[in-house]
Amino acid sequence: MASQNENFFLKYFWSTDHKIIALQYMFTGMAMALIGGYFAYAFRMQLAFPGAEIPLVGVVTPHEYNAFVTNHGTIMIFWVAMPVLIAAFGNYLIPLMIGADDMVFPRLNRLSYQIFLLSAIILVASFFVPGGGFGGAWTAYPPLSADGAYNLTPLGASMWVTAVALEFVAFLMGGINFITTAMNSRAPGMKAFDVPIVIWFIVIASILFMASVGPLIAGAIMLLFDQQIGTGYFDARTGGDPVLYQHLFWFFGHPEVYVVLLPALGIVAEIITVFSRKKLFAYKIVLYTAIATGVLSFFVWAHHQFIAGIDPRMANIFTVTTVLISIPIAEMCFVYIATLYGGSIRFTVPMLWALAFMAEFLIGGVTGIFLGASGADIYFHDTYFVLAHFHYTFFPIAIIAVFAGITYWFPKMFGRMMSETAGKVHFWITILTFNGIFIPLFVLGAWGQHRRIYSYEHFPDLWELQPLRIFATTCLVIMLLAQVIFLVNFFVSMLRGKKAGNNPWRANTLEWTVPSPPPHGNFETLPVVHRGPYEYSHPDHDEDFWPQDAAPAAESAS
Amino acid sequence: MIEQYVVQASTYAADIDNVILLIAVLTGFWFFAAQGMFFWLLFRFRERPGHKAEYVTGDEPDLKRWINIPHILIIICDVFIVAAAIMVWVNVKQTLPEADRTIRIVAQQWAWTFVHPGPDGQLDTDDDITMIDELHVEVGQVYHYQLESTDVLHDFSVPVFRLKQDAIPGRRIVGWFEPTLPGHYDIQCAEMCGIGHGLMGARLFVETPEQHAQWMRDRGEILARAH
Repeated sequence: MASQNENFFLKYFWSTDHKIIALQYMFTGMAMALIGGYFAYAFRMQLAFPGAEIPLVGVVTPHEYNAFVTNHGTIMIFWVAMPVLIAAFGNYLIPLMIGADDMVFPRLNRLSYQIFLLSAIILVASFFVPGGGFGGAWTAYPPLSADGAYNLTPLGASMWVTAVALEFVAFLMGGINFITTAMNSRAPGMKAFDVPIVIWFIVIASILFMASVGPLIAGAIMLLFDQQIGTGYFDARTGGDPVLYQHLFWFFGHPEVYVVLLPALGIVAEIITVFSRKKLFAYKIVLYTAIATGVLSFFVWAHHQFIAGIDPRMANIFTVTTVLISIPIAEMCFVYIATLYGGSIRFTVPMLWALAFMAEFLIGGVTGIFLGASGADIYFHDTYFVLAHFHYTFFPIAIIAVFAGITYWFPKMFGRMMSETAGKVHFWITILTFNGIFIPLFVLGAWGQHRRIYSYEHFPDLWELQPLRIFATTCLVIMLLAQVIFLVNFFVSMLRGKKAGNNPWRANTLEWTVPSPPPHGNFETLPVVHRGPYEYSHPDHDEDFWPQDAAPAAESAS
Repeated sequence: MIEQYVVQASTYAADIDNVILLIAVLTGFWFFAAQGMFFWLLFRFRERPGHKAEYVTGDEPDLKRWINIPHILIIICDVFIVAAAIMVWVNVKQTLPEADRTIRIVAQQWAWTFVHPGPDGQLDTDDDITMIDELHVEVGQVYHYQLESTDVLHDFSVPVFRLKQDAIPGRRIVGWFEPTLPGHYDIQCAEMCGIGHGLMGARLFVETPEQHAQWMRDRGEILARAH
């Protein structure tokens, strides 16, 4: 354990404490989310009012529009969803929930955050170099991304690739830590099926990430070589193949969806059990469906490329595997819904977010079938239907589940409670405006509106739908303004909130047995685990919760 | 479903719309069933004074049925969806019916060049009609297209045909369509291709045989004057 009298800089910027690193990841992710949200504001305003002078942005040129769209996607996935869901919650929760004093490789953990921070700085800096930020879409398909003559951002494109590659390096280090810690440092008595689901899911996500990221790092380096030293891996004129990059990208890109989905589902599992005072319905089914989803996710990538010029016969195989993935995911949805059966459901703010995740993610799930089925995808490919679909998956993952997690563990992180009233106002505005943004976009997609277009004035069949775009943009602006409520609630509660005590939610898992916030080293004496994490309302126990480390009655009597 | 938004102007547009409708009906059923169950449980088991939650592990056979039966039904739905999707896919993308005419489509940053066969009906002859951002086709004719790109990826997308295909530098991708409904419609570039991507639209003119012949004569005169 580290010394107690370290100075402010060492404590908050050079720490090896998993909780501080988690908060570093969380605050960096929140700052990046503000940038990503600002980009969304800029391009949605341009779509609603093409060519207008936008407050706080100015006139958006097509060049800037592309850079905003590209970096909005990149930031929200790689610099918000990944750091907050996996790195922040993984770091914060794994040692606390398995009863360990820290990660097994604390200094590797610190290095992981530092490289991540460097990658974020490089990405933001790319907006200020000559030519500006990269604008070739977050997928960065060559030849557009490979040649400055095509994308007109020779520096921005290379900085974008470098930042993405570094970010992956950071998460590889984090992943090594998560997997090793969860395997080796569990409290005595904590067997495989006594591990809280969120920990299982973060570990499975880390394994998926490690297994899928190699080809993408290779692809990123090849792209960097094509850009900077004139190789031609993806250049047809020199015998390369542009489609090769797409395979490398999506071989990672699709498992990545589950890399961020699983931690979100894990957070939701913890919250719905606590606030319905129920045992998780069929723990093992939940676990096995997650593993099945993870394995299947490696065999579906080409559904992103149905019409990209791959052999059309291949689409048939990938249609089958893609539609198959609906089976474990549907099973998981059913099990989560079944967990509510027989409960005593308390609609606290974290619970509202967790329930909203289930309701909204279902929309994302069923609309995915349209895109996974090759025949229907011919029409929907690269339309706003795709965009609305993945925002109905990613918004619940990266925003709703994150709000669920933050509001749930905030008392543990900062020792104080957040305001329930402000939380509920923030929740309802965010959820209503979220649907207000993306339901019109489903309609636009069904109308054949294609993506990444800075103004639809040039497409007569689409221009008449402008009121829908204005409505979506209005909802977005309201949603962004509502986040002020959250930020005020967050920081005011951190300083002035009601004291939380160790276990304000009356939950079972080990992080609630230690003081809030937990000291460096977490546990005064390392805990011993006697039961699973979800023994709520057990008939043999008087109280409606039964902490994992509470000694059985017979033992404590002796 | 889609035809209420965008007219069907090719022979296979209705097939694709039918797959979409089938998926909408099947997933719509599960969506409303799951949401209905979800909200009913939220209401039924809300916290009330004096009520303690039940202890349910999920291994009880009478409860597990609620998971297992839907599970099997979903597999059955999946079989229908996959079969319908693949049947349409094979027809649209995998088989190539005999062509009446062949056109060439060349995509570049940021314009479409359409090479139409002239009155002789053959491509790559002197009477070819080359147009920028205008594609003229005749109803009831099976067209093959040869899709090329000279620089980056583009995507030839015609919503009224339900047709979409990436253009890849270094390749000539061949596909087909048969127009059925005269009118003019949008052509889009549906793959990010740089700063002019938002401008890379074109117009499709589906013409009756008389209109098409008239257009060909007009173009022939312009061509003759130019020589």
